[in-house]
Amino acid sequence: MNVLMFGWEFPPHISGGLGTACYGLTKGLSEVDRMQVTFVVPRAWGDELRSDIQLLGANQVPVNRRWVEIGDSETRMEVVEVLSDLAPYRSPEQFWELKSRSYARGTRFVEVNEEGKIEFSGSYGPSLYREIRNYAIVARFIARARSFDIIHAHDWLTFPAGIEAMKASGKPLVVHVHSTEFDRTGGNVNPMVYAIEREGMETADKVIAVSNLTRQTVIEKYGIDPTRVVTVYNAVEPLSDEEKRQIKKGIHEKIVTFMGRITYQKGPEYFIEAAALVLRKMKNVRFVMAGSGDMMDDMIQQAARLGITSKFHFTGFLRGDDVYRMLHLSDVFVMPSVSEPFGIVPLEAMQANVPVIISRQSGVAEILNFAIKVDFWDTFALADAIYALLNYPALARLFVKHGIEETSNLKWKNSANEVTGIYKKLLERETLNTPHL
Amino acid sequence: MKSVTLVFLVHQPVRLKRYRFFDIGTHHDYYDDYANETLIRQLAAQCYLPANSLLLRQINRLNGQLKVAFAIPGVTLELFEQYAPEVTDSFILLAETGNVEFLGGTYSHSLSSVADPASFASEAEHQRQAISRLSGQQPEVFLNTEMIYSDTIGAMVADMGYKGMITEGARHILGWKSPDFLYCNAINPRLKVMMRHSKLSDDLSIRFSDNSWAGYPLTADKYLGWIRGSEPAGESITICVDYGTFGNVHPAKSGIFNFLDHFIFLVTQSQDVFFSSPREVIARLQPVSLINVKHPVSLAGEERDLSFWNGNDIQGEALAKLYELALPMNHNVDPDILKDWHYLQASDHFLFMSTKAAPQPLHNRYSPYNSPFEAFINYMNILNDFSLRMDENPLKPDCFEELENCRRLLKEKEQEIEEFREEIRRLKRHKRLPGSGG
Repeated sequence: MNVLMFGWEFPPHISGGLGTACYGLTKGLSEVDRMQVTFVVPRAWGDELRSDIQLLGANQVPVNRRWVEIGDSETRMEVVEVLSDLAPYRSPEQFWELKSRSYARGTRFVEVNEEGKIEFSGSYGPSLYREIRNYAIVARFIARARSFDIIHAHDWLTFPAGIEAMKASGKPLVVHVHSTEFDRTGGNVNPMVYAIEREGMETADKVIAVSNLTRQTVIEKYGIDPTRVVTVYNAVEPLSDEEKRQIKKGIHEKIVTFMGRITYQKGPEYFIEAAALVLRKMKNVRFVMAGSGDMMDDMIQQAARLGITSKFHFTGFLRGDDVYRMLHLSDVFVMPSVSEPFGIVPLEAMQANVPVIISRQSGVAEILNFAIKVDFWDTFALADAIYALLNYPALARLFVKHGIEETSNLKWKNSANEVTGIYKKLLERETLNTPHL
Repeated sequence: MKSVTLVFLVHQPVRLKRYRFFDIGTHHDYYDDYANETLIRQLAAQCYLPANSLLLRQINRLNGQLKVAFAIPGVTLELFEQYAPEVTDSFILLAETGNVEFLGGTYSHSLSSVADPASFASEAEHQRQAISRLSGQQPEVFLNTEMIYSDTIGAMVADMGYKGMITEGARHILGWKSPDFLYCNAINPRLKVMMRHSKLSDDLSIRFSDNSWAGYPLTADKYLGWIRGSEPAGESITICVDYGTFGNVHPAKSGIFNFLDHFIFLVTQSQDVFFSSPREVIARLQPVSLINVKHPVSLAGEERDLSFWNGNDIQGEALAKLYELALPMNHNVDPDILKDWHYLQASDHFLFMSTKAAPQPLHNRYSPYNSPFEAFINYMNILNDFSLRMDENPLKPDCFEELENCRRLLKEKEQEIEEFREEIRRLKRHKRLPGSGG
């Protein structure tokens, strides 16, 4: 079975959990028998963690010509073809020249480089909408040039690409919802984003949600038929020996860590409030907020206002090894997210033998037993849980003992098997519906 | 002829309030008064009052043929006095009939028998006083918290002067033996041990209103038939159920009260089965053999062991921290602290910390907490505050041991003085005898 998968980021070029989850799932799928995954990202950097995955950058695909497969996939022929509804240009001058001609309605102008390829930043910058659109254009080319059985698109950024690929190939589309606009904004949704998400979910043959919490959002807020929405939980990669290495702590104080984007969705202010409560009662503890985001300045100010800056540290965004180093140094990990579709980081913390506190408003709370669960807004309960984990050693001991056990049961391979099952069902239906000639 | 002993276990855990770490040292108000009052009032109306009046009516009508026993920990009696004094009154009325026996036990419904023998003794003594205040009786038969029993616990109870004890007739301790006989303790054979008939008891307390059960519907005739058929040569059947069985676990509309009413009537009419109180059983029957119980048994779970209360790290820690305070408590004179000490020992606090049902999230029917961890955190916060209050005690912990030694010394000296007095008396008599004669 060949899967054409569209994502937006891939490790190590990640800004959050989406890239980690895509990598884990793809790797899990590559272990499934006779499964081939082609993973498309807007921009391939060349240093991605590939293992057995075929990674394709949309910036490597020329859009002013076309690959045509003849016979097996090894023999390819390059055909120069200009699609009727696409007008590639290389410079503003050329754009104006093209503009002066007359075109059919719906013709799209797109800037390409000398090789006829579209440039992508692959980030979440100001030109995001343009990149999403361009990504979809490239997706059409890829879908025409390759043979595959199913299309799988991760999150709204890639939904237009998935839809284009579906239109071009007629193959079934699965969209994977790692988060919704409601999670990211707390209900204050951007209508453009919502429209893209909704179109993707409505067009798709199947919608995969990362938790029942997210599944509920998809059903209730996007009006998708419950029978078309399935929950497949994320998992966590086991730690490598290198990552398991214990790190020596330079201080004798306890460390409580928040790790994630410092945005509304992650509830950083509740962490700071709880920290202030704990610091009133005990002194030998430090709080760390690891990550960056649009609320960082506010958070620094809030910490200053509460007078806890001498015990409260901001590290900025952590990458790669630094993540594990930070987790290993921690005595307690806190994820007070206001709305978290899944949340892989607590699982990583548990693997590093760190007890975790998670908000009840997170998908991962549905599958974890050995974690303290609090409502994100209940800073008293959060502070109480932090204090207890630091002061009553038996509790931390119990969590460490069972945490490893619990996380080791959450394997990407299992998630991949569930996804494979969904593929198979869709393909079966497909063959049933296709009239036999 | 076969006797039936009905034992009702009456216990309600005291609910603790949400007590945060920043409350430590600021106030000592640990109890959720609203929840406690609501629960006790509700149980009184559903169960305790109707069941007590049913028993009272039957005792009066049947000329003393009906005999029952109650095990009510002192803390539960305190809750009754506080929130439902009419329940206390109805128990006093039952006691006055002379047909109702009150059993010894732990005052706090505590795990002291396995955690701290010294506290166990003082708990039992407190309970004895409470029973005697309520009923004027001196208990002779002991029923430990959750029916926990082992050879050593039995021996301790025998040393306190009890003649018998009731425990769970767990399959792994009985083996091929039947629970329908009287046994005796393996260390001190003078302590007789009655075995709870698990199946017949659970038929009532668990399965009565379960319509998927093969025995449903359970009628008094059918139940009496099972008692007759239980063990042809059996001498005594002990049925111990939570008192909440009547009206709470099985609501009145399930017919549980009518069942009890009719069952009592049928037994008193029958030729071969009669009611007998634990005290009578122990006086009347001879033990058929020793019973060996190395590891404590209880009435809980499939394993019938202590794993519900002391099965994980947090329960172990909470128990250890609690009984670290036992020694300083011996020297406490503050009645408020003593009251809290009793309430904090209740086994339920530890049950709420059980993670046994994992991986499914533990759902304890009675637990007011969302998770065992919350239960632990709350309890430990309270315990921390409690131990701070102990530290404020004018006596510092390091002098307790010294004080303990002084007490012992004093006792020894008193004994010595007594011996000397005896000797002096003897010598005087000795002296006087020849004198008066000569």
